[in-house]
Amino acid sequence: MVSEKAITKKDVEHVALLARLALTEEEKERFTKQLGKILEHAGKIKEIDTSKVPPTSHIVPLDNVFREDKAGECLSQEEALSNAPEKEEGAFLVPKIV
Amino acid sequence: MIFPPPLREGGLRGRVDYIPKESYEAVIGLEIHVELNTESKMFCACPVSFGEKPNTQVCPVCLGHPGVLPVLNGKAVEYATLIGLSLNCEVTEFCQFHRKNYFYPDMPKDYQISQYDLPLCVEGYLEVGEEKGVSRIRITRVHMEEDTGKLIHIGGSGRIHGADYSLVDFNRAGVPLIEIVSEPDIRSPEEARMFMQKLRSIILTLGVSDCNMEEGSMRCDANVSIRPVGQKEFGTKTEVKNINSFRSVQRALQHELDRHIDTIDSGDRVVQETRHWDDAGGVTTSLRSKEEAHDYRYFPEPDLVPLISDKPKVERMKKALPELPDARRVRLMEQYGLPKHDANVISLSKATGDFFEEVMETYEDARKVSNWILVELGALLNQANLEIDECAVTPRHLIDLLKLMDKGTISGKMAKDIFKESFDTGKLSSVIVEDKGLVQLTDEDAIGKIVEQVLAENPKAIEDYKGGQERVVGFLVGQVMRLTQGKASPDAVNRLLKSKLNNK
Amino acid sequence: MELFNQPAHELKRMMDTGEISAFEIAKSVFKRIEMVEPKVEAYVTLTEGQAAAQAKEADAKIKKGEGRGSLFGIPLAIKDNMCTKGVLTTCSSGILKNFIPVYDGTVVRKVSDAGLIMTGKTNLDEFAMGSSTETSFFGTTRNPWDLETVPGGSSGGSAAAVAAGEAIMALGSDTGGSIRQPAALCGVVGLKPTYGLVSRYGLVAFASSLDQIGPITKDVTDCALLLQAIAGQDERDSTSVDINIPDYNKALVADVKGMKIGLLKEMMGEGIQDEVKTAIKNAVDVFSKMGAEIIEVSLPHAEYALSAYYLIAPAEASSNLARYDGVRYGHRTSEKVKDMIDMYMKTRAEGFGNEVKRRIMLGTYALSAGYYEAYYGQAQKIRTLIVQDFEKAFDKVDAILSPTSPTTAFKIGEKFENPLQMYLSDICTIPVNLAGLPGISIPCGLSDGLPIGLQIIGKPFDEMTVLRTAYAFEQAYGFKERPKLD
Repeated sequence: MVSEKAITKKDVEHVALLARLALTEEEKERFTKQLGKILEHAGKIKEIDTSKVPPTSHIVPLDNVFREDKAGECLSQEEALSNAPEKEEGAFLVPKIV
Repeated sequence: MIFPPPLREGGLRGRVDYIPKESYEAVIGLEIHVELNTESKMFCACPVSFGEKPNTQVCPVCLGHPGVLPVLNGKAVEYATLIGLSLNCEVTEFCQFHRKNYFYPDMPKDYQISQYDLPLCVEGYLEVGEEKGVSRIRITRVHMEEDTGKLIHIGGSGRIHGADYSLVDFNRAGVPLIEIVSEPDIRSPEEARMFMQKLRSIILTLGVSDCNMEEGSMRCDANVSIRPVGQKEFGTKTEVKNINSFRSVQRALQHELDRHIDTIDSGDRVVQETRHWDDAGGVTTSLRSKEEAHDYRYFPEPDLVPLISDKPKVERMKKALPELPDARRVRLMEQYGLPKHDANVISLSKATGDFFEEVMETYEDARKVSNWILVELGALLNQANLEIDECAVTPRHLIDLLKLMDKGTISGKMAKDIFKESFDTGKLSSVIVEDKGLVQLTDEDAIGKIVEQVLAENPKAIEDYKGGQERVVGFLVGQVMRLTQGKASPDAVNRLLKSKLNNK
Repeated sequence: MELFNQPAHELKRMMDTGEISAFEIAKSVFKRIEMVEPKVEAYVTLTEGQAAAQAKEADAKIKKGEGRGSLFGIPLAIKDNMCTKGVLTTCSSGILKNFIPVYDGTVVRKVSDAGLIMTGKTNLDEFAMGSSTETSFFGTTRNPWDLETVPGGSSGGSAAAVAAGEAIMALGSDTGGSIRQPAALCGVVGLKPTYGLVSRYGLVAFASSLDQIGPITKDVTDCALLLQAIAGQDERDSTSVDINIPDYNKALVADVKGMKIGLLKEMMGEGIQDEVKTAIKNAVDVFSKMGAEIIEVSLPHAEYALSAYYLIAPAEASSNLARYDGVRYGHRTSEKVKDMIDMYMKTRAEGFGNEVKRRIMLGTYALSAGYYEAYYGQAQKIRTLIVQDFEKAFDKVDAILSPTSPTTAFKIGEKFENPLQMYLSDICTIPVNLAGLPGISIPCGLSDGLPIGLQIIGKPFDEMTVLRTAYAFEQAYGFKERPKLD
């Protein structure tokens, strides 16, 4: 179900939430306009009948690539946490979830 | 086909044999996650191990650092295939990983590598309820994904609600996880429990997971709805999450079904939502979710190439599957002449079946063995809340005990006490018998003397006996046993007492 | 003769004869950096101390008869989207401005094993999203040929560094033209290898199904040498292909006699600057004169490539960039937050720049429920059609020519406010990424003192033909100009 309508500010707000981006009012307006333009241009691809064309998600002719089930080296706890914005007792600290 | 992951929620009531009000029928579908016991994680070489210090079983890959790439653990695919095959599934020819996109702090990349419309296995089934009539529960799919890290909530008594903040440990992140999805074919909480037990038994037989619900290596989410009997359409469903013990599968589902019925009976509507089972409170609760409707934006994982089924290999794996519980049940009945119930219970747990068969290698009387395992050992295990392979009693202990009984060294009564002690201490029966001098008294002269003594001390009893009161024999036997500290052979005591009484 | 202006193979020759040392080369390069970096701003991070120590070490090894590799002791600049253990790796983004990797990417390890000496990390468009380096959190890199113009992007820092003599050679990454377009605009050589030839492990992902690392060098010979050092299957990258890596040196033959070379019809028309067209036509003549057969080829679906790319790449990016969430590394908002979602939203709003936000939004939208089939799904099918177009074209020819960029370097700020206009900069390079093919850009002229790039496209894993064609042109055409920065 594809909406032929241009992207709305409400769409932009919804997408921003999905993408976890806090947008200012000005950004919302701007993105609504810019994404509309880009999508209008991109919408060009809908012109082609591709009902018999398979999608390409991987360009390399590869399948069944496996790793051997062998345990290797880990990082030390200190290394693992070395870039952490906030940490406590060997763990990453995050704000309350709900 | 989209299977949104459950959130959190809970419910209570716990009448185990509750039958939904006749007019309603339960409709239950299960989504079960099982952690595989591979040596290394799904997409990196970190070990799969539990109980380590937080964030020590991690590397750039499973921490989702910039620039890292996943590489698939071949063993995990093999294990997942085994599970699919043992559930009578078809292994798909072309299988692909997808990214499931959503933000959550226990997910390092903020997407989960999972499977979507091209899972590893599809269209299988599992049969349950051998005793009361078999139900075939269809399996929709078996797919692979990666596990998340763990959150510890600080403040607010450790619960997500009311916590001040949370800590994230990524040791579990990236552990291979199998998701098994059933069709909504389950019609009662009891059937759900049986399904879980059978599934666990199969996976334990395959040896590809520990299937420990309490430790989280097996997890169950359920889609629950009710409908009037005879109606084809499904009612509004809720998803129950956080069911984390076998005991709570039935309780949680019964509670949720009751809640649905109560809701409808009181004229309300069931709200489609995810609910969190609170085991302590015995209730399901709704997590007020301010999050938007789920939109996982699945797309093919560009970092992992497709899996093309190796048909000859799959055929070989299928042929090489170990004996699964259903086949074992049939064999136990045929080979050992076990009654259906015994064979069923013994085959339902791989460990119990193995225990039984190990005893049978050196002991003949199958009924006796099954009786001891199911009744005596079963009771002790229940009390101690242990699994058969977790307790101190081994097949050797049981063989030892049964042989002592057969030789008449100990009586049945003594055997039960000794077995309890074996269970508590891990000592062999023969050792306990010897340590305590618990050998059964079978010397008829010795017993005869004590019988004489008892008769001499109880002239009234002899009179009563002669007067036709046979009951006094029991009393006299008791007296003999008391004087011999229970060691006298009950057979000998009975025989000697009767003959001496009759000769008086 | 300044060492910093020499290609690696020439420096290597001089080292072999004992004329110069690795330390002297490094010194020359860092002196040059000191002089021109304030004007060019090619680097985000310089690693001078480490480089000097490594150069001395290299000299000691050379003295002992070790370190005979063809690039041993050569200074190399690395685009700042490749993870370098212990060295800041920012992707030119505010969200990673403090990020220090705990591991080396595979290519980083390979160049280090080959004895190359890292001079520093070069500037790029934030997360490689852009065609001008203007979207960098650290500011715009300048084109050494004209400081008022952009160096192209996203590997603008690497291309400018090589052009300005601030590095002997450099690594870039190319998702839609990010090696070739800046190479063209800066008058240097840039190769995007076949997808799967070079490991992506350690390359911070932009669009995973399109990204490749490749060389940016002063000439084709250096390009072959650096490609040799980085190519090859990697067990850490499932999409890297296990093929025999040829000796790329053997491709350096100035002979295209009898070769069939295609000229891409669709990229010689509207939207291509006249001077660029003229330069390409001249290049075609050069090949003709050398005895190559020139055949016009067509990509009927090329007109849809840009649209497909601007759905596929942002979609993958929206997922790849989700991990910058303020939990494990990178920027976290210092504002008070209500809860987790609030933290995510503020952190990401503060940490990402405009272009990145725009593409995350676009990609999220293209993948979201109800739009997947129309946008991402359809774009993947277009991708199939473009692959087929190329296959048909390569039935007739051995290599294909086109401009690399529709224009020469444009003025800083000229297209910054107009995303669509900016996206058109990659119109000639994008189809090559969609089809996963190898493509090189080499200088083929100047217009108003600004370089023009010729793109040569090859069959999958046929870097040999691409290099040979490029080498033949380079030898015949003899582009010797250097930017005048002094």
